[in-house]
Amino acid sequence: MNDTEIKLFENGKRIDGRKPDELRKIKIEAGVLHRAEGSCYLEWGGNKVIAAVYGPREAIPRHTQNPLRAIVNARYNMAAFSVDDRKRPGPDRRSREISKVISEALENVILLERFPRASIDVNIEVLDAEAGTRCAGLTAAGVALVDAGIPMKDIPVACAAGKIENQVVLDLGKDEDNYGNADLPIAISPRTGEVLLLQMDGHLTLEEFDQALDLAIKGCHIVSDIQKKAITDKYQSVQGGTTQ
Amino acid sequence: MTITPSIKKEYLVNLAENGKRSDGRKFDEFRKISIETGVISKAEGSARVKIGNTQVISGIKMDIGEPYPDSPESGVMTTAAELIPLASPDFEAGPPREDAIELARVVDRGIRESELIEVDKLCIEPGEKVWMVFIDIHILDFDGNLFDAASLASLAALLTTNVPAERFDLGENYPLPLKEPPISCTSVKYNGVVVMDPSLDEEEIAEARLTVATDINGHLRAMQKGLNGSFSVDEIKKVIKASIDNGRKIQEQLYKSVGK
Repeated sequence: MNDTEIKLFENGKRIDGRKPDELRKIKIEAGVLHRAEGSCYLEWGGNKVIAAVYGPREAIPRHTQNPLRAIVNARYNMAAFSVDDRKRPGPDRRSREISKVISEALENVILLERFPRASIDVNIEVLDAEAGTRCAGLTAAGVALVDAGIPMKDIPVACAAGKIENQVVLDLGKDEDNYGNADLPIAISPRTGEVLLLQMDGHLTLEEFDQALDLAIKGCHIVSDIQKKAITDKYQSVQGGTTQ
Repeated sequence: MTITPSIKKEYLVNLAENGKRSDGRKFDEFRKISIETGVISKAEGSARVKIGNTQVISGIKMDIGEPYPDSPESGVMTTAAELIPLASPDFEAGPPREDAIELARVVDRGIRESELIEVDKLCIEPGEKVWMVFIDIHILDFDGNLFDAASLASLAALLTTNVPAERFDLGENYPLPLKEPPISCTSVKYNGVVVMDPSLDEEEIAEARLTVATDINGHLRAMQKGLNGSFSVDEIKKVIKASIDNGRKIQEQLYKSVGK
């Protein structure tokens, strides 16, 4: 947290030229993998994320099975080459925690009672990382679940807001994340507005928190529209006979 | 063998008796290959390779470290492959297992033994500081023939790698010093026929497998036989010939895609 060396905010513009309430560029493509039941490729600023869904299938090991409902296994994983200093392959404490909160967020919207004893496995691979990978990952997972035909109440979507130089802004970029004052990633169910995931670090006043939450929810709705477009695009192209 | 492959086996064997494969290819024909480089901005070099439906990303990271005591003036390279559960319903999370280790080692050997990377040019201070090259292979979609896809992706990534000297205050970035890349071509045998670039269905019923790496002059650089079946000497010679022919074409495509 060092906000003296880099000027993050100047003349109403952020370091990458965005307005305070502007998202980075987002591109979503549904159904990009052959083997997976459902998949999604997502670019969010400099983040590149791919998500794949397998299942519902028998939960293994068997002691993890729930006789009344399905379990959701999200696995967030960063590629060794996705960050500046090579990351050692395999799960660490950070990725385990992110996997857990994403699993829980997804369980909220999936109709789990339909698949007793099953697991729905959601694999999220971060190929290129640049702040906000958990939001990008969860958003991609939402699209991949739809692509896999998993029955859900809603398509979950995530977005973060934060604070840089005492100003609340939407969707922190890399330097803003490193040198900013606070980060607030959330996931919501856009139809009902329920909050499925919420984490915060840094320092926010109550007022700033209200502002940030409001902004993050707005961001979620924008991203949600992009998600839905990606899904309709895939099925429209099938209808038009342009894909095999 | 699980149930599905044994049902498919009959189908594939019947086709093969009429000189056909399930996707209409000739026995010695590769699937469509696509090579895309510079796909990861955080990596020093990267490439996404598709062979049919099989999809692999290879990323190169570089760092400075200590050389091995027995080669104090050589850079260090390591290769790791991850068969992540994203790529197939049969891959599990966790530390790399046998097949991931074999894959990484076969790719590693192809690059190391062909002396593709000029490790003697990667020394900064003899015995103290050398460049370390990390090759990380991520399988994204598994439809057979990971050996060739992983090695081709790694070659394309290495060919586009820039040594990040600026990041360590060692002057300007420069391209990784490389020699000619060897191209690997894999064939498998089932029920007496040998086919090049096996799809997953073919791989699952394969009795024997042979990977041949050839260089630009059509010379052999590395070979690896796998599985418990056998090849006749005649079959091996045929496989080598087909590997040289396919290797040439792939080499051309590789150079074109990296702009050389």
